[in-house]
Amino acid sequence: MSTRRASDWVLGGLVLGVAALVATLVVSSSWVATDRPAAKRRAELVARLGLTDLALFTEARYTRHPSQADRHAAFQDHPFAFEHFPSGSVLPPRRMP
Amino acid sequence: MSNWFGRQRALMDFAVSSLARRKGKTLGLLAVYTVVVFVLASAMLFSHALRREAALVLAGTPEVLVQRLVAGRHDLIPASHLQAIRAIRGVKSAEGRLWGYLFDPAAAANYTLMVPADDAPAPGQAVIGSGVAQVREAAIGDIMSFRAHDGQLVSFTIAGIVDPQSALVAADLFLVSETDYRRLFGIAADRFTDIVVTVRNPREVRTVAEKIDAALPDTRIILRDEIKRTYESVFDWREGMVLLLLAGAVLAFFIFAWEKASGLSAEEKREIGILKAVGWETGDVIALKSLEGVLVSLTAFLLGYLAAWLHVFQWGAPLFEPVLKGWSVLYPDFRLAPHVDELQVATLFFFTVFPYTLANVVPIWRAATIDPDQVMR
Repeated sequence: MSTRRASDWVLGGLVLGVAALVATLVVSSSWVATDRPAAKRRAELVARLGLTDLALFTEARYTRHPSQADRHAAFQDHPFAFEHFPSGSVLPPRRMP
Repeated sequence: MSNWFGRQRALMDFAVSSLARRKGKTLGLLAVYTVVVFVLASAMLFSHALRREAALVLAGTPEVLVQRLVAGRHDLIPASHLQAIRAIRGVKSAEGRLWGYLFDPAAAANYTLMVPADDAPAPGQAVIGSGVAQVREAAIGDIMSFRAHDGQLVSFTIAGIVDPQSALVAADLFLVSETDYRRLFGIAADRFTDIVVTVRNPREVRTVAEKIDAALPDTRIILRDEIKRTYESVFDWREGMVLLLLAGAVLAFFIFAWEKASGLSAEEKREIGILKAVGWETGDVIALKSLEGVLVSLTAFLLGYLAAWLHVFQWGAPLFEPVLKGWSVLYPDFRLAPHVDELQVATLFFFTVFPYTLANVVPIWRAATIDPDQVMR
């Protein structure tokens, strides 16, 4: 009975890993295609209601609607105020043209 | 060819047994390396998918929005501004919008209250987002009441719930009629939150915006392109806290990897010396040690990337939720469609696998070119 070499296990594992990586790409593209009707419905809802932002951060108005907020919004409680909502740290202010 | 392949396999056997001799060190490095790749890949996959989703769904967002500013703050816009905008050449239509925020003390959550331009609910009725339904455990037919600006209670019967698949854009929506909106906030009939403008020729959007700005100096114009641009930079790795967190983790890893890879232990030096003494070429020793580095970094890359893909798309990025949620009570329950960019995966591969492999080669080349007798001493 022949014993398996260490390289067989390692090569097998790497091939499996690469195959799984390729599988994520294939699954991703078919998933996106399946989600297309739902994405279309979301886009239609946005157009119908005239929505402007994603409902990701509902804690402060300048993070709920960053595209509608001005640059002072985060610091407008009083002069020299610090921003105090956590999500302001991951959501950069709107870029001015 | 088969000779070359056999040689590489023999080298790999040797590399694996060499790594196995330092099991603790190798597994420790692999675990830290995998975690770093996992964090980087999760942030990359999540932000890319979110940006693509934002670009797709916000394609139909209003072309031009006009806000009124008073002392640098957003203020209600009078109906007279509507007439002024409609008179500008190139403007197809201008409509006032009514929306705002409503804090619900019962759930301690903020809702986005809005009056739809078409098919608005009847007075006394409301259509709510799936997030609102969840935090208030509300169903169709239930009644929700809020205190109006004058302290009186205004009640709404839930007439519908927005499709949960649209939670990313509509989780916190509370759609009501114009009568109820004005009653709740005490806003006069000739005042709006802002104005939506459509332009006849899409190429003239900027020109029309400039004309509005000149005609109404107390306003601020927001174009669709600017709204889209806001989300192009969301969770951008170059921005804010994400960079700070990642920079710390990545720097710590690089110091760890550099320390491990560049400072060869006495045992490794002895191993190289013995290999050279028994007749291995310098090139063989470098190939062997490079292979060890490639095996560790490639395994970490594959494990880290696959775990990140499952984390973000299969399990809905639970590790990011506390960061995204902040102090908000209402958080949309959404699954991002996996928009994976192959170029980004390739970039991640390049920046995680190559530096470690290169950091491995230099000290080994130095040790491998020295006389074996000197190395073994």
